Amino acid sequence: MARVVIDPVTRIEGHLRIETEVNGGRVTDAWSSGTMFRGIELILRGRDPREAWIWAQRICGVCTTVHALASVRAVENALGIDIPDNARLVRNIIAGAQNVQDHVIHFYHLHALDWVDVTLALKADPAKTSQLAQSISEWPKSSATYFKGVQDRVKALVASRQLSLFSSGDWGHPAYQLPPEANLLAVAHYIEALDMQRDFIRIHAVLGGKNPHLQTYLVGGMSTAIDGNEPEAVINPERITLFNELAARAKTFVQQVYVPDVLAVASFYKEWFGYGEGLGNFMAYGDFPSGSINDPSDFFFPRGVILGRDLATVHPVDPGKIAEYVTHSWYEYSVGDQASRRPAEGETSPKYSGPKPPYLVLDTDAKYSWLKSPRYDDKPMEVGPLARTLVAYASGDAQVKKSVDAVLAKFNAPPTVLFSTLGRIAARAIEADIMVEKLPEWIAQLDDNMAHGDVRIHNGDKWDPESWPKSCAGFGLEEAPRGSLGHWVEIENKKIVNYQCIVPSTWNAGPRDAHGQRGAYEAALLNTPIADPERPLEVLRTVHSFDPCLACAVHVVDGKGRSYGREAEAVPDSEGTTSLPADSAALYKAAVQGGL
Amino acid sequence: MAIEESVLETCRRRGISRRRFMEFCGTMAATLALPKAYTQTIAAALSQKRKPVMVWLEFQDCAGNTESMLRSPHPAIEDIVLETLSLEYHETIMAGYGKHAEAALKRVVDEEKGKYLVVVEGAIPTADDGIYCTIGGRTALDIAREVCGSAAATIAVGACAWDGGLVRSNPNPTGAVGLHEAVPGIKIVNLPGCPHNSVNTAAVLVHYLTFGELPALDPENRPLFAYGQLIHDQCERRAHYDAGRYVQAWGDEGHRKGWCLFKMGCKGPEANYNCPTVRWNNATSWPVKAGHGCIACASSRFWDTKSPFYERLPHPAGFGVDVTAGEIGWTVVAGVAAATAAHAVGHVVRDHFHPGDGDGPPPEEAKAEKPTTEVH
Repeated sequence: MARVVIDPVTRIEGHLRIETEVNGGRVTDAWSSGTMFRGIELILRGRDPREAWIWAQRICGVCTTVHALASVRAVENALGIDIPDNARLVRNIIAGAQNVQDHVIHFYHLHALDWVDVTLALKADPAKTSQLAQSISEWPKSSATYFKGVQDRVKALVASRQLSLFSSGDWGHPAYQLPPEANLLAVAHYIEALDMQRDFIRIHAVLGGKNPHLQTYLVGGMSTAIDGNEPEAVINPERITLFNELAARAKTFVQQVYVPDVLAVASFYKEWFGYGEGLGNFMAYGDFPSGSINDPSDFFFPRGVILGRDLATVHPVDPGKIAEYVTHSWYEYSVGDQASRRPAEGETSPKYSGPKPPYLVLDTDAKYSWLKSPRYDDKPMEVGPLARTLVAYASGDAQVKKSVDAVLAKFNAPPTVLFSTLGRIAARAIEADIMVEKLPEWIAQLDDNMAHGDVRIHNGDKWDPESWPKSCAGFGLEEAPRGSLGHWVEIENKKIVNYQCIVPSTWNAGPRDAHGQRGAYEAALLNTPIADPERPLEVLRTVHSFDPCLACAVHVVDGKGRSYGREAEAVPDSEGTTSLPADSAALYKAAVQGGL
Repeated sequence: MAIEESVLETCRRRGISRRRFMEFCGTMAATLALPKAYTQTIAAALSQKRKPVMVWLEFQDCAGNTESMLRSPHPAIEDIVLETLSLEYHETIMAGYGKHAEAALKRVVDEEKGKYLVVVEGAIPTADDGIYCTIGGRTALDIAREVCGSAAATIAVGACAWDGGLVRSNPNPTGAVGLHEAVPGIKIVNLPGCPHNSVNTAAVLVHYLTFGELPALDPENRPLFAYGQLIHDQCERRAHYDAGRYVQAWGDEGHRKGWCLFKMGCKGPEANYNCPTVRWNNATSWPVKAGHGCIACASSRFWDTKSPFYERLPHPAGFGVDVTAGEIGWTVVAGVAAATAAHAVGHVVRDHFHPGDGDGPPPEEAKAEKPTTEVH
């Protein structure tokens, strides 16, 4: 038995440490630890609630904009403010663009190197790479000359013996299974995706002033003045044209590069449909309102909870059932550390009790993380693109059902394969695919409002703090790219007296609770095969499939404990490894063997 | 070897076209406001056989500065990390992890001692023996002392690495400080902003690689080319300020016409940064252009000193923000200067060139009409 520690977990946002027990080539237990704390909720106390979003946004620069949106929603909820339709649309466009941007960057720049061996790209035949590329997509950058150029660039990098970011990779690891041509294709798209994200995010620059850390939210709306007759208005006909151009280019990239690449890579790693399942409980707050934020039935992403892998039943979400434990977290509660506390009752008392640095291992029987353990109805939940996709699928959402069924048909597999490491990756691609179709609709609605002379972008009725009640409280829920996000705010005498966040990566990366129930990462890692404990690349695959964001995750909430929780069962689906015809693999083989 | 030969050899070695490489060098010369002839100098400097080594450390951060770097348009991040430098350690994007990552960092510190560059993002917690941020079981403070202490130079990007930023703001729960306080005495350049603007960071890197030294810095170790000028003096809405045309409510007629945001709390009159000229995301926009006030994110301790962000600056509105002459840099927008004089708003402006400066106005702008001194 060996304790295998990964710290730092890289290619994520923030500071994450994973400790695992490895027995007979499998992970038999796992612990997830966040190793950084800032205390942003404490810093927010006593400040003007109208600017809370500017501060809260700095919780994370990767998930930039998402905490800003949750924050304005929380304050608007507390003060009873409805926002104009134009502000709703601008927020949807910003959040939708963030969703696409995040998913693309995650796949290529944070996750791909777990599956792609950069050095193997050198062995590829550019002509055959070209055939492979053309067999899976119409994307025009697919000539042999193009791939030869990319290969030369990699060759030069390797020859220089200064591999930069790639110098410390696990190249040659037996878990890498892509043929050389697929590796070269992926490296080419790694570089192209850098270009794509740089270009597409200009939509945020126009609507947010800059990215990261947009600067145009307002409690009550947005600062992006809209007027079809004013050239200096932030949103005018010329800008609408730019949004449409950027959205169209993103759509092409997602549909011709990202989605085909995900399917192609998956086809070479189909056993990963059988690893990394985790909790089997999924939650989504839902998001992208078509009308009022108070009407979740009208959300583009539906709201719901799935329990125990049961896709036949979608349970409603009751925010009153959310609470957090600190039993294994470096905090203390005035009511004792075995209890859980609800976010609205906030309490924040960091108290480190881990080993004195430098240390080699954590005492995982005691407290071992700066993350708390959020629970819904005392159960651990997975949140994120997979949870959203499953909730939408189980709710009978026609568009999601069509996309999911198309992917499942390609692999001739049942929906249960989605409870897996590859399932998370596929769900993210499906979601991006749906989002690039939706963005132009919101842009068109904005254009339509503008054409009809609707210039309302902000509801100023409650801008003046003199108009506020002496005290009030509210919350804002959101689906950030990484999952369900909530901010809770309490306002007294025009100032914040309490501020709490429960963040997607806290749900997923949190430690055990008072009942010993594992968090989502911890559960998903059980039974992961490990070829070489010195190079636990397989652990990264599953952890990265959640798209961890640790700066976000270190947060503080409270509530009241109950004790009917059950031990999390986290047994990978033994039937998950169905026989997959793997059309991409077949296409590849045909291409490489000269069949095309 | 002649410069041209060396450039061609570099391009061959790196698998890129000469045109692409020279474009890159030209862009860098422009960002640094160097004459075009410097393109060749930069190209020669960047054609060294061995690429300089760089490591990027993240402590109490949000990775916003990393993301900003990923959006760098000229040069693109891939050109920086594949062709210009060897970025051996950067947790957010590096291939290695865990022990391999730690080993990569150690190798640089041991083998490149005194030669490598460090970029630092995030604040450093000092309370309770630094336990609020550990990486590989070591505290941020421990790592920063070792890695920055052995480097040729350190670049602190973003507000947090500069002065502790948001993490340090009241009540500073973790005893966070900026890098220069955590590790005093190191050779450092500060690139504050929340986040840093990667155009400036790229320019600092290229300047260092070309001339072997950091660009001209102010007393806070910020490069003058980026932090030497007041936002207010470079602002495209400045003429509206001078003419007394203010946004009075969000979404009102003035807001839709792009008028001045001073009354909505804009901190531009108290903030130094080149945000309005270099802008963001391939020069697409910046916050004031997008209709929101500046929050002075490159100013010292701005979270505490410039908030509340929607409160109007405490000066008589409309007729002159009472800035001291020393705070005013030379004005790059000649039209603004003319407007200032024409409307005679009693605004205190003085020609003020920074000392020792290769960073003064280019010749054609120096000839343009200067802001007139008007004392009220």
